[in-house]
Amino acid sequence: MSKRTIAVELATPGLDPQGRPARIPLEAGVGALERYGEPDAGEHMLINIGPQHPATHGVLRLVVELDGETVVRVIPHVGYLHSGFEKLGEYRHYNQIIPLTDRTDYLSPMANNVGFALAAEQLMGIEITPRCTVLRVIACEMSRIISHMVWLGTTSIDLGAFTPFLWAFQERERIYNLQEMWTGARLTTSVTRVGGMMADVTDDFVAGLRQFVDTYPKTLHEIDRVLTRNAVWVGRTQGVGVMTAQEAVNYSLSGPMLRASGVPYDMRRDKPYLAYDSYEFDVPVGEHGDVYDRYLVRLEECHQSNRILRQALERLPDGPLNIGDPRLILPPKSRAMSDMEAMIYHFKQVMEGVKAPVGEAYVGIENPKGELGTYLVSDGTAKPVRWRIRPPSFINLAALPKMAEGHLLSDLIAINASVDIVMGEVDR
Amino acid sequence: MNPSAEALRGTFAGAIGRAVESCGDTIVYVDRAALLDVMAWLRDTPGQQYDYLVDVTAVEYRDRERSLEVVYNLRSLERRTDLRVKVELDPRGDLAIDSVVPLWQGADWLEREVFDMFGVTFRGHPDLRRILMWETYAEGYPLRKDFPLRGRFSRAEQVRQALNANPEAHYSMEELSIAEAYDELPPDMRERLRRGERGKIPDSE
Repeated sequence: MSKRTIAVELATPGLDPQGRPARIPLEAGVGALERYGEPDAGEHMLINIGPQHPATHGVLRLVVELDGETVVRVIPHVGYLHSGFEKLGEYRHYNQIIPLTDRTDYLSPMANNVGFALAAEQLMGIEITPRCTVLRVIACEMSRIISHMVWLGTTSIDLGAFTPFLWAFQERERIYNLQEMWTGARLTTSVTRVGGMMADVTDDFVAGLRQFVDTYPKTLHEIDRVLTRNAVWVGRTQGVGVMTAQEAVNYSLSGPMLRASGVPYDMRRDKPYLAYDSYEFDVPVGEHGDVYDRYLVRLEECHQSNRILRQALERLPDGPLNIGDPRLILPPKSRAMSDMEAMIYHFKQVMEGVKAPVGEAYVGIENPKGELGTYLVSDGTAKPVRWRIRPPSFINLAALPKMAEGHLLSDLIAINASVDIVMGEVDR
Repeated sequence: MNPSAEALRGTFAGAIGRAVESCGDTIVYVDRAALLDVMAWLRDTPGQQYDYLVDVTAVEYRDRERSLEVVYNLRSLERRTDLRVKVELDPRGDLAIDSVVPLWQGADWLEREVFDMFGVTFRGHPDLRRILMWETYAEGYPLRKDFPLRGRFSRAEQVRQALNANPEAHYSMEELSIAEAYDELPPDMRERLRRGERGKIPDSE
């Protein structure tokens, strides 16, 4: 068996003369084999992680090329959970698409509902009511909290800390109970409608959320005390998976990944929707762009979300939830069964759907994972020509090979966890 | 209307098509030959600074007469402005366009997805493979309008193909070149590998 000759002489593990992690060209492209001879079986190891592996957070598959324990290259394979949502959307009315959005990023279903409804409303030129605006802010921030709690819990499990996982999931359970109180579903909430919401909140919900807002920071402080200055946590996360600000922008990262790298961009503040500019909150920004900074940014965002929830509860106005246009909003069921006019509207909406004018709209909202964009193109019928989701975790995941190069295999797990992927959204 | 549209017309003249506004967003149509120059200009010119590529996607209309559009959403983080750039392609013609990966690394997976779903090839892309569908997927391009919702093949045919699939095919040629498995490969696969061929992607038709 012939030996593989490696042209790059590695002085320090994995760094080339320019200080960048060295890449040994192993591509099957023409000439590679001529240059380096026959590959040798013993030099580099190829390890397959996933698609069924707890550390890949779903059905992500990573093929990792290892030199000893150092990652030379990572090749992610996605698509195992591809469900063709975008294609399905072209065959559905606008309101019928909302249940599909639950199932994309299933760790923050309410925020996805809001993102889609905002895009459809922009396409149709609808102004929603003040009460609906505030309720949607509550929905978005509740989603951010549960999504970040799942992130914190699973990441700490990946790095060997079990206790914060339990605390985080207890908090998430409380939000799930509130979601169930509001929508009847814990996960598949489908809470928005074009022009309003599926259901209004009850007084019990408001009281429950108020109680949550008051007690939640205690858990955050506990997590903070257990992790932030924990020697193992710091050792496993600091300086790992660094993205500079320039790289983060070049790789189109968004959300906490972008901000941890020191780019202060938050859609809520810089391109406000849902009157976010009238709330008081801070945008945490990291400095080093490593896994530790991503943790700090997300932990602080939980505090800020709690702050926004508190303000939203204070200002929650009375008044109608849905816009008044009977052509867009379903009449109450009791009226549809007793009033001729209401029945006609009901029939037309269910059978024909709501027609959107010709045009296109893109709305990006700050989801827990990053910028969730909804791009809708209409040709004047009741079904969109194109429904495109800009999936934040898909785009963030694309930077994984870049971040993991030259690190240890165990760091790859930490880096992958820090991206905060959810495969339902990556694969759609 | 975003002033960048006028600035583009002043610089590139003939390469810039119509500029329209929809729901408050400015859309500029660009000739496909000039795409890379226009994008580089938009990214690097002071006063434009569209340094952030939000999204790359494509749209095919139900109207067969309309072009297939490749859509680029750009943003200037500095100036907090968005611009949408579109390139029109003939859906029955040559669906090839320059890749913007040299300008934005973030376009890598996005362009792969457009290739996977619409069959648009990006010249100069470093690794243009299918991404959400598997590499040997033979039914065509799912988001094209002529692609039926349930796929081209019958369920029976899809099951048959899945059961007959070669387990080695779960690794790309590139990955196999690293693995010990290389020496155990059948000679024809090694030969393909030597020639630098990727997993074969059959034509959709």
